[in-house]
Amino acid sequence: MAELEESPAAQLLKADVKVVNVGLEGFVKDLEDCGIGVVHLDWVPPAGGDPEMAALLAKLGV
Amino acid sequence: MSTFILNEIRKGFYLDSVALMRLSRQIAASPGIAEAALMMGTPSNVAIMRNAGILKDGKTDAQGNDLVIAMRADSEAAARAALTEAEKELDKPKTQADGASAWRPRSIAAAVAGVDGLNLALISVPGDFAAAEARKALSRGLHVMMFSDNVSIEDERSLKEQARESGLLMMGPDCGTAVIGGAPLAFANRLKRGGVGIIGASGTGTQEVSCLISEAGEGISHAIGVGGRDLKKDIGGITTLMAIDALDQDSATERVVLISKPPHPDVAKVVIDRISKSPKPYTVCFIGADSADLPSNATFAPTLKAASEAALGRAIVNDGFDVKVEAKQLAPRKGASRIEGLYCGGTLCAEAQVILKAGGRQVASNAAIPGVPDFEHADAKGRERIIDLGADEYTKGKPHPMIDPSVRDDAIRAALKDPPIAVVLVDLVIGYGAHADPAGHLVETVADRGPDAPHIVASVCGTEQDPQVRSEQARRLRAAGIHVAPSNADACELALAIVNRT
Amino acid sequence: MKLIEDANKEALKRILEAEPKLLDVIPAREAIKGLKERMILHSGPPITWDRMCGPMRGAVAGAIVFEGWAPDLASAEKLAADGGIKFHPNHHFDAVGPMTGMTTVSMPVFVVENARFGNRAYCAINEGLGKVMRFGGNDETVLARLRWLRDVFGPEMSKTLRLLGSVELKSIVARGLSMGDELHQRNVACSSVFLREVAPALARVSTDKEVLAECLGFIAKNDQFFLNIAMAMAKTMTDPAKGIRGSTVVTAMCRNGTEFGVRVSGTGDRWFTAPVEMPEGLYFPGYSEKDANPDMGDSAIVETVGLGGFAMAASPAVAGFVGAGSPSSAANFTKAMGEITVSQNSEWTIAAMDFAGVPTGIDVRLVVETGLQPTINTGIAHREPGVGQVGAGVVKAPMGCFTQAVRAIAKDLGVS
Repeated sequence: MAELEESPAAQLLKADVKVVNVGLEGFVKDLEDCGIGVVHLDWVPPAGGDPEMAALLAKLGV
Repeated sequence: MSTFILNEIRKGFYLDSVALMRLSRQIAASPGIAEAALMMGTPSNVAIMRNAGILKDGKTDAQGNDLVIAMRADSEAAARAALTEAEKELDKPKTQADGASAWRPRSIAAAVAGVDGLNLALISVPGDFAAAEARKALSRGLHVMMFSDNVSIEDERSLKEQARESGLLMMGPDCGTAVIGGAPLAFANRLKRGGVGIIGASGTGTQEVSCLISEAGEGISHAIGVGGRDLKKDIGGITTLMAIDALDQDSATERVVLISKPPHPDVAKVVIDRISKSPKPYTVCFIGADSADLPSNATFAPTLKAASEAALGRAIVNDGFDVKVEAKQLAPRKGASRIEGLYCGGTLCAEAQVILKAGGRQVASNAAIPGVPDFEHADAKGRERIIDLGADEYTKGKPHPMIDPSVRDDAIRAALKDPPIAVVLVDLVIGYGAHADPAGHLVETVADRGPDAPHIVASVCGTEQDPQVRSEQARRLRAAGIHVAPSNADACELALAIVNRT
Repeated sequence: MKLIEDANKEALKRILEAEPKLLDVIPAREAIKGLKERMILHSGPPITWDRMCGPMRGAVAGAIVFEGWAPDLASAEKLAADGGIKFHPNHHFDAVGPMTGMTTVSMPVFVVENARFGNRAYCAINEGLGKVMRFGGNDETVLARLRWLRDVFGPEMSKTLRLLGSVELKSIVARGLSMGDELHQRNVACSSVFLREVAPALARVSTDKEVLAECLGFIAKNDQFFLNIAMAMAKTMTDPAKGIRGSTVVTAMCRNGTEFGVRVSGTGDRWFTAPVEMPEGLYFPGYSEKDANPDMGDSAIVETVGLGGFAMAASPAVAGFVGAGSPSSAANFTKAMGEITVSQNSEWTIAAMDFAGVPTGIDVRLVVETGLQPTINTGIAHREPGVGQVGAGVVKAPMGCFTQAVRAIAKDLGVS
């Protein structure tokens, strides 16, 4: 029987999780405490918080 | 008395909401300030401030990346003084040890381009922005755990469809907890690793089950959060079904616990059908449902504790805790016969309703399970109240009580003075993301209760390995005369035993 | 959008394939087609006399006297004010110029050719530090230096370059980056390498030892000598990327002391303008913010090809000097600019960043999305004409230029 090809989701469960943290900074330390790789974003509302421009950019493929 | 409304906008000044809320509380406590908030000017925040009556003429020019400082004060002088304080706090130099290496990417795109091996985005930005960030993450091949709430069901559906197309897990929105390969995502506990996989549509349900199993000596492989709405008809269990697939393929997972509110019947059918095809044994806990029509490889569990025991394959033996023995030692409160439940955890609140209802109590809740009336409902009158203080109506614009339990303080103090109440039933949730010392906070809150106050029965959801240390939290509670049960289910049974004696 | 991604890929390919070479130094009237008497090319997007800042007006008056279109500065100003002079941006004539960016018929200009695409760009010779026309200086010492450049240095350089055939510029930049230049605020390494390349030929063509010594000394004393060559080089690199439909890659950034102008590949020669911002930086002793003129010059063309503020990591000392932050934070600037660019230039690498290429191809979409404005290293001119440079710092390209550009591209592609 052919091996079922593992889905990306199944691969995630096997892999070392490496996180990009988008939002609350407090989560970073928790992950680091557990030895999990994490990159914290210097996140600000995209397109200066202008929802119309953000939507336009999304359509232009950003 | 005259009131003065002061609004100040800082263009393009972003701070995350947690920092702002802390500061809001500090400013609101300044002399002469009736109400104050520091918030980013997103549409939903503006609505909150308008409703709070702290916007001049009910409006503001602020945009989503502008900081709004708004307050209502007794006098202009008081408002100006508070504004000065707020600005001082905002401009205080940030203590960062090393600015040199502290480059942080601004965008998910830059993070993915600049850092090897990223595979998951943990998203906790305000709901107005969360879906767009998740879309960016998914399109770059990242799995997503979305802690953010206030995301529309349409967005949730389209995100999950996008994720499914790429085989990626879209956990959430409003996903409070997940543990993937030992990585605690958002609210999570430090668990022993082992063979039990969890799929949870609820945050505290997943935490309670994972902690009970871990504390009983077994371990957790992964706890996959799916978000509270995944098993609704609109979503159709997209993430739950993908999680089942993934755990089927995961050699570390021997058996699986599925925790959710009772799903939509059509969705339940699809999910149960999928479980029947799994080679692994399942425990299904649809909390609030009496039963489910399950295949031979699945067992139904009515409570979180029952689910944990089913997964363990044995009863949880609680060292030295026996409900009957405990209850016997407690003097009944004269003339009091009611239980009041004041919960931080939504699923713990649901479990309490299940157990108290089964114990013959007439309960009502703001987060009612099937068969229990909502507070709004006419039948709710005169019933015992089991309140979820983490529900939207309590947390809009405020931190969740798991982060800041003070949301619950007033309700606890009021209950302790309420003559007909015999038992106040509470939960404490510890672990990553949670308050640093919820036991200490509770002890302080109830310190000045009288000798005739109702009994306080508590449970601590967490593990010995958690930063707050479960036994240490319990010890502090006991030292303050609070009765501590080893699980929420046991706490409910103890509450029942106390009121049934009286 | 695939159309945009493909267009940007093409734009980047053209920028990176450039083969810029310095060919000659000749009078602007011979080099620049359409440049006539009583015509002044200036930096930045189009501007009229009445809207010009102080230093720009000072430079214009000086240039008029230098060309002999008026006998003195006062009548020169009157001539300009009365409409006796035609003003055009350098960029409309394949030229660039630093700060005020004066280009007139008799000024000698560097001729740089992009051998891959056959296009050329021109830039006047850097006058050195102190009182200079590019900072609005216009007294006799300024005009005397310009005459020497026209009558002595220009012809000597022309003979030198013709003897050499051409000087390949990309490799000089690559070496300069590894020696601590970022090519906008710091050009000392590139200027030195350039001098090394041309000195023997200059000696061969020179018939007068005194002249030879003056010419060698002029290059040697001016740490910024290479900037003007780099600017013409950068323009030859981005011009072939103009006019690719759908491309959101920036092909020019410049300022005239009043407005900042941006051109984007997909919209061809159209300018997107917004009021220019004030530079932030460090001032020479005796000067402060209140003396500063708003940002000026075509020199931001070097940022457009990934140099200057974009290559800050190559030049930690500049990060400190321009007041951008601690030298150890220099790499953060380059990394941040990496977030708003399409790619890296693998020929221009930065050792301190594990030989990452300089971030190249500013994408207006990414600028607007991230809110990260392009960082430009710049000199700061005194707001009064004739005083000169008073400091150096960084300035950010105004967001308004980029939001307009995004909307224009969207409109062109029928996206709303």
